[in-house]
Amino acid sequence: MIFLKLQHRSRGVNDEGSCMNNRIDKTGIKIGMWLFLYSEIILFGGLFVLYAVYFYKYPEFFSEGGKELNRVIGAANTIVLLVSSFTVAASITAIQRKAKKQAIAFLVFSILCGIIFLVNKYFEWGAKIHHDIYPNSETLVSGEPGLNIFFGLYYVITGLHGLHVIVGMTLLSISLILVMAGKVTESSYSMLENSGLYWHLVDLIWIFVFPLFYLVL
Amino acid sequence: MIKTESFYDTPSPAGLTGIRAWLLTHDHKRLGLMYMWAILFWFVIAMLCGLLLRTELMSQGKTIMGPELYNSLFTLHGVIMVFLFVIPAIPAIFGNFFLPIQLGTDDVFFPRLNLFSWYLFMFGGLLALISLFSGEGFPDTGWTFYVPFSVEVNTNVSLTVMAAFTLGMSSMLTGLNFITTFHRMRDKQMGLMQIPLFTWSLYATAWVQILATPVISITLVLVVVERLFSVGLFDPDKGGDPILYQHLFWMYSHPAVYIMILPGMGVISEIIPVFSRKSIFGYKAIVWSSMGIAVAGSLVWAHHMYTSGMSDVSVFFFSLLTFLVAIPSAVKVFSWVATMYKGSIEMTPPLLLSLIFIYLFSIGGLTGLVLGAVGPDIHVHDTHFVVSHFHFVMFGGTGFAFFAALHFWWPKMFGIMYDFKKAYIGSILTAIGFLFHYIPMFILGMQGMPRRYYDYLPKYETGNFLAGFGAYLLCIGILIMFANLFMSFRQREPASSNPWGGTTLEWTVPSPPPLHNFVDKPQVMEFPYDFSEIAAQVKRGER
Repeated sequence: MIFLKLQHRSRGVNDEGSCMNNRIDKTGIKIGMWLFLYSEIILFGGLFVLYAVYFYKYPEFFSEGGKELNRVIGAANTIVLLVSSFTVAASITAIQRKAKKQAIAFLVFSILCGIIFLVNKYFEWGAKIHHDIYPNSETLVSGEPGLNIFFGLYYVITGLHGLHVIVGMTLLSISLILVMAGKVTESSYSMLENSGLYWHLVDLIWIFVFPLFYLVL
Repeated sequence: MIKTESFYDTPSPAGLTGIRAWLLTHDHKRLGLMYMWAILFWFVIAMLCGLLLRTELMSQGKTIMGPELYNSLFTLHGVIMVFLFVIPAIPAIFGNFFLPIQLGTDDVFFPRLNLFSWYLFMFGGLLALISLFSGEGFPDTGWTFYVPFSVEVNTNVSLTVMAAFTLGMSSMLTGLNFITTFHRMRDKQMGLMQIPLFTWSLYATAWVQILATPVISITLVLVVVERLFSVGLFDPDKGGDPILYQHLFWMYSHPAVYIMILPGMGVISEIIPVFSRKSIFGYKAIVWSSMGIAVAGSLVWAHHMYTSGMSDVSVFFFSLLTFLVAIPSAVKVFSWVATMYKGSIEMTPPLLLSLIFIYLFSIGGLTGLVLGAVGPDIHVHDTHFVVSHFHFVMFGGTGFAFFAALHFWWPKMFGIMYDFKKAYIGSILTAIGFLFHYIPMFILGMQGMPRRYYDYLPKYETGNFLAGFGAYLLCIGILIMFANLFMSFRQREPASSNPWGGTTLEWTVPSPPPLHNFVDKPQVMEFPYDFSEIAAQVKRGER
């Protein structure tokens, strides 16, 4: 759904050849994208509100739960996402400099980073589920309510973030195909730029999720 | 003037014919009309639900339905009215149709996204329909989907919630489109303080939509997550807090009230000066009060929760902020009344409906203060008083503004004029029925009759009977109004490009407008409500 939306948006100015505004307004397209990103941040904002309230209510269980999370995997994932954000930005610069091959390489690398992130997540979640820690599991339901809330939030927030990673990778893949097909060029790269912005958002949200769950507790 | 082809005759994108010219269109005017038919359909459905509810309540005990059906029916009435009528009605229909024209441009910024929003809207409506006839039937949770009931009950809550999610998405994307259009597509000669007030109100609304809608999205997603995985985030047994759900819900749903009313206020701000032949009083004050309502209205959500359990400090805080919202609303009411003072008033159906709006909306606003103050609210919380209050605002306010907008812009949208006499009869009957319907509810509420109850004590029977009687008058009035409008399709009495003597840009183009809205380059006036030219025409006897 989100993919469709973006596609519509990033191509969308007066494609039927209107009489008054024939040129493509890149700033306008970017404003639309930023407004959309803003709404995504509010979406996660609701979850961060829940985090704040429950952290205030169960500080000791939050810190107990936080210590059970694997900081090494978390830190690795942070680095992976940060690097991929850089390479996405680099691919846009490459397109602007007409270096198509470079841009493709950077994009492929970014998508690979996304895959690495998800694989790490898979192992992390898998280990937790193996220890009978997942929503509505026996251990959590019969254990301390504070711990249940902590892990509940952990699954909901990282799960929703994971979905966004998948959406972001889909967008990057579409941009990759468009770059290869020669549809994204140095004069018209809104699709790539907006996909890149979306990828930065995915990164940005993780930058908040990582310390909240792995570091501050 | 050269005869131009209207947008009905020129599909966009070019080459599409028949039904495809509508279903695949990028034209904001066609999309506005498509929204109109869908929204009118839903409005009639929800109105009939409401009529059945009030018929049930007209006498004590079982009248026409059982308690389970009653619960589902009031949920259905609420969900449809809120998500499929009141929120989208004015922005999606008249906003889509007139915002680009008032800004002097040929379409919204993202025409395809606009079409996509329409499909999201239709898809959301479809989901709601499916949830009616599948699984365990339509939810009986009320439109608020309060936990824990919404998480535990077996009815089709997940599907209905996803419908609300989709509809929220659609209205948010429309808002995004409007903001971008407002900033990027506006005619170059049009400064910020030369923009018509209807467009300003849509701009303020769009910001609230973008600010608030994602919060309801995540809240509804959490309801589905809870139903699927039983995480327990709102379940006290598992450490969760059900009150938090209410906070998240109202963080959106109170601002949503302003999503509903702001466009209505914009409509009234257009109509009053046109029929007073006089510049709007306090243009800047109205612009700033729209933005003020958008900001302050986002900070008052917890006044729905005085009895849910909050600290006295927060109750005080939210009560104070609630009172502050009344100020910008009152600024608008005073501006409208002051506009009419010493104006040269011409009575027409849209003006009559606007006057009814001002009256009903003022009652709705003032009773809102009764509810915003903590003491009286504890007394009347969750009674019929609340039901009456918000219907005065939502229906007496937005509903009548919607009717006024229909009558005001009908000649522009279709190029034909309707019969005035029947329009007056319909409007007056609707207003009288409205008062018969909702005034008894204020009294019932003061006497302590709770809302959402299937049955009641004998002492409430008179009031409920009167309300039911009013409901029938009200529905007959609305049907006369609609029937009269639809009759105009048969009589086809042509309307000129400026039948009312309006000054904003939509009245400078043919009725109905051509595909790209403007035949010549739009001439932006120094001030959008300068009636000197119109007044001169009247003096010369040309109008």
